Amino acid sequence: MTDMVYYYDGSFEGFLCCVFDSYANKEVLTAIYRDEDLVPTLFASRSILTDREHANRVLRKIVKCSPYTANLLQKCHLTCLPDKEIHMYRVVVKLLKEGPGFLRNFSDETLHPVAAAVRHLNGEAHLLKGFTRFSDFGGVLGGEIEPKNRVLPLLRSHFCARYQGETFFLYDRTHKEVLLYANGKAVIQPLEHFEMAPPDEAEARYRLLWKRFYDTIAIKERYNPKCRQTQMPKRYWNTMTEFQDEDYFKEQNSPADAAAPAVPDGRPAPETRQPPGLSAPGSGI
Amino acid sequence: MDVLEKLTILTDAAKYDAACTSSGGSRTSKKGYIGNTSSSVAGCCHSFSADGRCVTLLKVLMTNCCVYDCKYCVNRRSNDTKRTAFTPRELADLTISFYRRNYIEGLFLSSGVLRSPDYTTELMIQSLRLLREEYRFNGYIHAKAIPGTSPELVEQLGFLADRISVNIELPSESGLKTLAPDKTKQAILAPMRQIQVRGKQNHEEIVKYRHAPKFAPAGQSTQLIVGATADSDYHILRLTQGLYDQYRLKRVFYSAYVPVVEHALLPSKDVKPPLLREHRLYQADWLLRFYGFRAEELLDEQNQDFNPLVDPKCSWALAHLDFFPVEVNTADYEALLRVPGIGVTSARRILTARRAGRLRIEDLRKLGVVMKRAQYFLTASGKRAEGLLFTQDSLLRNLIAVERPQLPQPEMVQLSLFDALATV
Repeated sequence: MTDMVYYYDGSFEGFLCCVFDSYANKEVLTAIYRDEDLVPTLFASRSILTDREHANRVLRKIVKCSPYTANLLQKCHLTCLPDKEIHMYRVVVKLLKEGPGFLRNFSDETLHPVAAAVRHLNGEAHLLKGFTRFSDFGGVLGGEIEPKNRVLPLLRSHFCARYQGETFFLYDRTHKEVLLYANGKAVIQPLEHFEMAPPDEAEARYRLLWKRFYDTIAIKERYNPKCRQTQMPKRYWNTMTEFQDEDYFKEQNSPADAAAPAVPDGRPAPETRQPPGLSAPGSGI
Repeated sequence: MDVLEKLTILTDAAKYDAACTSSGGSRTSKKGYIGNTSSSVAGCCHSFSADGRCVTLLKVLMTNCCVYDCKYCVNRRSNDTKRTAFTPRELADLTISFYRRNYIEGLFLSSGVLRSPDYTTELMIQSLRLLREEYRFNGYIHAKAIPGTSPELVEQLGFLADRISVNIELPSESGLKTLAPDKTKQAILAPMRQIQVRGKQNHEEIVKYRHAPKFAPAGQSTQLIVGATADSDYHILRLTQGLYDQYRLKRVFYSAYVPVVEHALLPSKDVKPPLLREHRLYQADWLLRFYGFRAEELLDEQNQDFNPLVDPKCSWALAHLDFFPVEVNTADYEALLRVPGIGVTSARRILTARRAGRLRIEDLRKLGVVMKRAQYFLTASGKRAEGLLFTQDSLLRNLIAVERPQLPQPEMVQLSLFDALATV
């Protein structure tokens, strides 16, 4: 057995292929990096090609040992845990070696970083179910978020069920991805640049109504900013209607928004700015 | 008057109601309708206001006109304030527009009493029906039943709303008599009993006919005002326990009384709302609902109020030191829950983790146990935390020190040289 560093393409299948190849080549991994990270290393390294067949074999084996772990790993791959791949790899190795018993113990040193990262992901997704704000652009709803983890796959089912008769998009600024939903179909796809269209008259009015409601509902005698910040950390405030400055509540009819990514006849804005070659529905994650 | 001004007035009048939860409902989305009720157990908070309370529902009054003259209330008849009312359509439009933008989880509709309880409830029913049927709203609705409403109308309200609540407000009948002379205990408890009985019947109907309409599927709740009358914590907690046992309430909310009016029978206007007391009552409420405590264990005739320095669970533990230490590797779930610093989640995690092997003290922190409290009360494989020395006295001091940063801090005062000189 030799120590190795693997490079892979960043997909979950790619990660499963790293596991496959490490067993096939009888190599112990000290680190797994994405191709684009290009971390210089003194260890011997290998670049792994993603093979669906191999990935499926590994996944089937994991599901057979413990369906819970398969789900945990899929979710962990969405988290912002530093060096998440090597932590996930260690869980798989331990699972195959010892069986699923250790998974019961939340404090297990192999499991704990992965389980804690997934808890962080779930927590953030739960908060964003509430903190996400949409705007109405002529019948199409659009919103933006800035999460630490890639929460869009977790938010998809929630918002698609809630707004099932609507058309909406939700842009993730951190990971430059967008969730598109129309006619009962949802897709998540990468999108490099995105800028929100300015509000029309009705939208500006409802924003103002909400801001007023939010400011009025607080009881002055109970003012407690620390408690608010604990419950709703400031990093979410950026994208929330109630914390925007005055311009956000003004209707904008300047000539600039004709050129800006406005909404053409009721279709979601991102569709007009998509990079070519990514438009096929169902090609998402 | 435009909607913005109406919204401001009717929100301002509704804000003293504590309940703002969306939990308990599990209605999935329906084709042709907008919305569902949150599937997570904890409900879903959409924002937090500057006082740290969550904003889940659009909490407004139908109208702030009121024929009653309850002394503690901002909307009482004798108060000189601007009066207004939403039309059903304005309210429905606001709700649906806020809901589509994901500002809210649903509507919380309460009201002052316009003309009579029946007339007001009919207005509320009209709005909710418009919202449900024409606007096809499938999200969460919390409606207030007004004491004195006829049973037929409460029934109709229950089929439109997810949760209904009747506010008790004043925890004793004598308080009711002096401060809310238009309300009687009987008028408050009658709709509560009706909602409970009807809900139980409805469960049977749903078993027989799967598509039977649901009556208040998220149950009922109520609110008690703390600090407006002289009632003790013991009295309030026993009342709460009775409501959970006999009326099957989902929640009892406590609202620290905010002095809004000068009156001989009420605390004066510069008294601060008793926030710490409210906090202690909520802690005790959780102990009743999830930890298997009874009101009589936490307080008794001699100790009628909670200790402000330590939380109710620590107080109980300090009074029952013979129960401890608890051995985490063998204790049952109920015993684990009695340890300060162990909650429902960490107790469950301990149960599953110890099937995989013996637990050590250093594992407990990773399982979510708050060791700064729990370390005094537990052992793992017969061992306490390393280097832990304490006596009965120092134990109390240590627990108070742990709690102190979370308590409201006394205000800093700049020392004045001249005051000091004057006293010399």
